[in-house]
Amino acid sequence: MLHVTYLIILLPLVGFAVLVAAGRRLGDPAAGVVATVAVGASFLVSIGVYLDLLTVDAPVRSYSQNLWTWIPVDRLQVHAALYVDPLSMTMVLFITGISFLIHLYSIGYMKGDKDFPKFFLYMNLFVASMLILVLGSNLLITFVGWEGVGTCSYWLVSFWFTRDSAASAGKKAFVYNRIGDVGFLLAIFLVYDKVHSLDYQVIFHRIPEIGPANVTAICLLLLVGVMGKSAQIPLFPWLADAMEGPTPVSALIHAATMVTAGVYLLCRVSPLLHASPDAALTVAIVGAATAFVAATIACAQQDIKKVLAYSTVSQLGYMFLAIGCGAYTAAIFLMVAHAFFKGLLFLGAGSVIHGLHDEQDLKRMGNLRAYLPITFITFGIGWLCIAAVPPLSGFWAKGDVLDNAWAAHPALWVVGIVTAALTAYYMSRLTGLAFFGSDRWAGSHGDTPEPDPAHAHHADGAVSEPHESPWIMTVPLWILAFFAAIAGVMAIPDSQFSLARWLDPVFASTLYHDNLSSTALWTLAIVDAVVAIVFVVIGLRLWSQRADRPALEGAFLRGAWYINELYDAVFGRPSERLAAFCADVVDPRVIDGAVNGVAGAFRGSGTVLRRTQTGYVRNYVLGITFGTVIVLGFMLTRMWWGG
Amino acid sequence: MSALLGVLVTSTRPTLPDVGVFAVAAAIVLAGAIGVVVARNPVHSALMLVMTLFGVAVLFVLQQANFLAAVQVIVYAGAIVVLFLFVIMFLGVDREEDVAKEPLRGQRPLAVALVLLGTTGLLLLGQVSKWTTGQPRAAGPDTGAPNVNLIGKSLYTTYLFPFEATSALLIIAVVGAVVLARRPPAATSSGAVAEADADPGETGPDPVAAVDGEPPVATGVADDRATAATAEGAAGVAGGSPPPAGAEEREVDA
Amino acid sequence: MSINPAWYLSLSVVLFAIGALGVLVRRNVLIMFMCVELMLNASNLAFVTFARTLHDIGGQVLVFFVLVVAAAEVVVGLGIVVAIFRRRASANADDLHLMKG
Repeated sequence: MLHVTYLIILLPLVGFAVLVAAGRRLGDPAAGVVATVAVGASFLVSIGVYLDLLTVDAPVRSYSQNLWTWIPVDRLQVHAALYVDPLSMTMVLFITGISFLIHLYSIGYMKGDKDFPKFFLYMNLFVASMLILVLGSNLLITFVGWEGVGTCSYWLVSFWFTRDSAASAGKKAFVYNRIGDVGFLLAIFLVYDKVHSLDYQVIFHRIPEIGPANVTAICLLLLVGVMGKSAQIPLFPWLADAMEGPTPVSALIHAATMVTAGVYLLCRVSPLLHASPDAALTVAIVGAATAFVAATIACAQQDIKKVLAYSTVSQLGYMFLAIGCGAYTAAIFLMVAHAFFKGLLFLGAGSVIHGLHDEQDLKRMGNLRAYLPITFITFGIGWLCIAAVPPLSGFWAKGDVLDNAWAAHPALWVVGIVTAALTAYYMSRLTGLAFFGSDRWAGSHGDTPEPDPAHAHHADGAVSEPHESPWIMTVPLWILAFFAAIAGVMAIPDSQFSLARWLDPVFASTLYHDNLSSTALWTLAIVDAVVAIVFVVIGLRLWSQRADRPALEGAFLRGAWYINELYDAVFGRPSERLAAFCADVVDPRVIDGAVNGVAGAFRGSGTVLRRTQTGYVRNYVLGITFGTVIVLGFMLTRMWWGG
Repeated sequence: MSALLGVLVTSTRPTLPDVGVFAVAAAIVLAGAIGVVVARNPVHSALMLVMTLFGVAVLFVLQQANFLAAVQVIVYAGAIVVLFLFVIMFLGVDREEDVAKEPLRGQRPLAVALVLLGTTGLLLLGQVSKWTTGQPRAAGPDTGAPNVNLIGKSLYTTYLFPFEATSALLIIAVVGAVVLARRPPAATSSGAVAEADADPGETGPDPVAAVDGEPPVATGVADDRATAATAEGAAGVAGGSPPPAGAEEREVDA
Repeated sequence: MSINPAWYLSLSVVLFAIGALGVLVRRNVLIMFMCVELMLNASNLAFVTFARTLHDIGGQVLVFFVLVVAAAEVVVGLGIVVAIFRRRASANADDLHLMKG
């Protein structure tokens, strides 16, 4: 099966092509079914590839497939090649699996939307791009996928582009991504300059030649790229705005897949990070800082999706903290677990929004556990996972990260545990506001931040009782809840499920072996559990009955540390002024002036010279005589002074 | 040049008759030339031209170019000037022209200045130059046989091709002159008018068109400017007619 | 042989200059033409002079050709003058300024 690995990418692309050609004719829901089947087939193929990969001996468990030579230029030989190893297979499996579930969910969620086929077209293209990203065997293929997911994210975030805020959000996401991409490109250039190849395996072999300073530079440049894609400080504001897109998009792209591309990239280049402790430390610091800042912001948000968005940023920060501490396996573990429970949380939020006819404001929800039981149960599992309550997967994953942080940089562990506390607190706040308390939704109607067309006929005022979502939306919720709950088994060392053993061929040489004693490990685990449970309780107590506590929701936090305003003042306004200057001064006066000036000069000289064309033959003869005299003069001077 | 020629010319001092003849001939030549330029009446100019030509013929004889002198008189004075006179008389341009007035601004002073400069320059050039190639006898000696024989031999051997070409040129010139000067037949068909008038773009009163009393049928196909001019002339005579108005507009501001 | 050729050449130059002046100053087309003939004669004179000093018959042959070509030129030129005159009944060179740019 390994030799048909390319099918994994090809199937969603075929789905995309079919929808481009015939999507509109297929309509609702056939287009969605086509897309879902394409991704489902891709998932099945990837299981097949996974099983096939298991037959390869563990130490050299990898498979390369060169599809064709893309750029055969003298010293730069780039192949369109796939590289299958445990790391990429992990990514492929959960990408295709979760994508399948979300596609299924979307058939129900997007029902009635006038652009139903277009949605699935973009989603399939997105999945294909993400798969290219993770299966690429060189930096350039990864970059192709990188750009592809960025573009699809733009399309999907601004899916309802007739709304100004959605259009702007799409642009914001894309622009922030692009800023990061500059770093990625510079890293590629630097790599090529030093190694003359972009293939991962070649690069890793030649690390000694590159030299430590260059390795650090490459890693830092890649970090810039990752900051853009995975929304780390300072390039994170786009993720909150990206919540303008439909909720399945938020679930897929901004929780499970695209934002994890950065994590994947840094894990893929783990040998480089291993060779540069400075860069690794920078990554860890960036991750820890981001985790903390985003968590504080999430504590004060009112929109359910914004809380989850900042939560994503925060959890991504944890993953980078792990990477920076050399704990790549822990990062991957958290990434997989996070994909499950964050995807679950977003889909659950979608269910809530759907059930309340497009209400997203937490202050106008309440007591939904009575009306949306399935959503409540599944959401609750997700909530406890992210709060790191044992024995759910989040506890094990986050614990892994924190253990390694303690072993590598204890100061960062402090940041981590504080953030864990905040995480438990704000997620409980969210759950309390939404599912407990009184029926605050009864007196008002949603402001329709998401135009949900299926409920358009309710737009006239009276809110009927919230209803549970149909099976096509709840089945994915159950499946994700199941996996979110049991994913902790991957932490069991030396078992069949052990993630560490599975990823050993990839990271073995670079893995940080923490030498913590089992006492230390137990202590840390207990601290984690206690912190989680305590803050869950605090959060619930504070927020399940009362929805209004201004003291705990400072404007600074709610305004996201005013970072958008800062960027606007530092970058936005000056750029606008520069653009206005160019448009009003440079363009008309300098450029047009130069062009028109040249034309004017010619016209003017023509006007002047035209006066010699009098039309009178005698004047022309005069001209000839004049010329003759000049020639004579020339000859004379030659005679006299030069010969 | 005088130095060079001094080497080439094995000269004795010039004899008095030679100098005298030269002086007189030179005087005639210059007087005639000035007369051509200054005379108000073109017929006078032509006659002055004849005088100049005779003077030049004399100078040719003085330099042992006898045949050329004869040809000069026969062809130039005898044919070309006569042709000039024919045309003058034929076209009736023997009216006098006011030489004193000069409508073009700055033409006269500039002309005088440039010509004087040019002359001085050429004369000076004569003094200092070594512009002769020093390749005597490219074609053959100029003495030793009668002038006619020498020229004839040269014409039919060394310069045969130019000779033949020149004869072709003469035929072409004759044909051209006939075509140019052919008076168009006084017909009413606009096609003939278009054919005969070989110079385009001329507007102005057309004496032929004025004869043409019947306005031509101006259709949309009439894109021939001569036709349009004719239509314009006729329309001007008849008092304007709408159909060719468009064509007229285009023609008038050409 | 006995007269200094420089005199002939100087005479030729002066004759040429007078002819040039005539073309520049006179307005009547036919007189302008005659001045051109003057210039041609000046050059003929120079050719003959050089034929003598360089002892080369080529100079005289050239004069012969110049004569012939001048004749042809006059023929065609006068034909054109006739054609123009028929249109506008004027032989004034200043009336032909349609090529004014």
